Amino acid sequence: MIEFQLDPASGVATYLQLVQQVHQALRLGMLEPGDQLPTAQQVVAKLAINPNTVLKAYRDLEREGLVRARPGMGTFVVQTLPGRDEVALARFLSQMSKLLLAARAAGLDSDDIEAIYRTAIRNVFAEGVA
Amino acid sequence: MTAVLETMGLGKQYGRRWALHDCTLSIPAGNVVGLVGPNGAGKTTMLQLAVGLLAPTTGSIAVLGDAPASSPAQLGKVGFVAQDTPAYARLSIAQHLHMGSWLNPDWDDEVATQRIDQLGLDPKQRAGSLSGGQRAQLALTLAIAKRPELLLLDEPVASLDPLARREFLQSLMEVVAEHGVSVVLSSHLVSDLERVCDYLVVLVDSHVRVAGEVSELLASHHRLSGLRRNPSTLPANQEVIEQSHTDKQSTLLVRTEEPILDPNWTVTPITFEDLVLAYMSQARDTTHPGRPALGVVS
Repeated sequence: MIEFQLDPASGVATYLQLVQQVHQALRLGMLEPGDQLPTAQQVVAKLAINPNTVLKAYRDLEREGLVRARPGMGTFVVQTLPGRDEVALARFLSQMSKLLLAARAAGLDSDDIEAIYRTAIRNVFAEGVA
Repeated sequence: MTAVLETMGLGKQYGRRWALHDCTLSIPAGNVVGLVGPNGAGKTTMLQLAVGLLAPTTGSIAVLGDAPASSPAQLGKVGFVAQDTPAYARLSIAQHLHMGSWLNPDWDDEVATQRIDQLGLDPKQRAGSLSGGQRAQLALTLAIAKRPELLLLDEPVASLDPLARREFLQSLMEVVAEHGVSVVLSSHLVSDLERVCDYLVVLVDSHVRVAGEVSELLASHHRLSGLRRNPSTLPANQEVIEQSHTDKQSTLLVRTEEPILDPNWTVTPITFEDLVLAYMSQARDTTHPGRPALGVVS
């Protein structure tokens, strides 16, 4: 069983923090198919948050196909997430660094680059959602 | 679905002063409602009207579909924890529970004794010797054991230390998860409310400033910043809640259901605390109804 933590200063919505922690636990192998998530009651008894927030997070995870609620029994992991591919991460980092160096050589400063990066993230990921 | 709390033009007058004025609300069941506002804004008056301790001067109020305190059955459906969580100092915890069982037809003795046990309290202990946090927990236990559909709590954690406060809110949220009870909770501890509330009512100067689902309110309010401009030039669907200006820059907090298309603004989302503070600070503008006057715009 995993235990959730909250970072009130993160600015990330509480239910999203719970979702992200389940993702993380799946990637690290702390949660595997068949494992039970803490009940809403257990979570709120520890974190003093609204139970609807927990249910919302679990509904999101269910929609992603990662967990399933069994009435009267609890919420269980049915699928795991692949761990991150370290080689792919390293390759991406090196490509990104080359791009950033090129951007700096073209006269962009870090604020400009960050603005472009945010726009690019929005473009790529917003399309995935729609 | 019946609203847990529904008011129409509700008002309460003391002498010449309106403690609550023209208040219209409809709060759906299944929420934990944060009632927030400065001291003297009318929070206690609102809760006492809801529990039937006060009668309205104007308008109407329905709690779980009926007038407050209109019948024993109606009283049984509402649990109330008054400000400073009062208890009878000379009575023991066990005597409090015993009294609860006499006074409430649907009293659940198992819930009551189990909770006292979980809290590690000695039933023989007198309420007068309990700590503030323990007394608050006793008051909550009494309110829960009557198995209400709606719990009304007036500043239950205001006088508690941070640990007792967290423990109280943990208990309260456990009750919500277990019994599905609706809650209306007044407080001005915004960080606590942010954790537990999914519905917000901001009360300032006897008036409801804003009410709604927290997630919807956060999605419809945005902070805009950009070159200085007069807010009256904004599209009609953008309501300015808060504004500040320097000679070069304007920063606005606007409410709108529509996307913000003007590329001259940098748009950032707002936090729960931003939202509450923006509506609370509107109080100072009430002497000038409508949009606050703007200084010189060059």
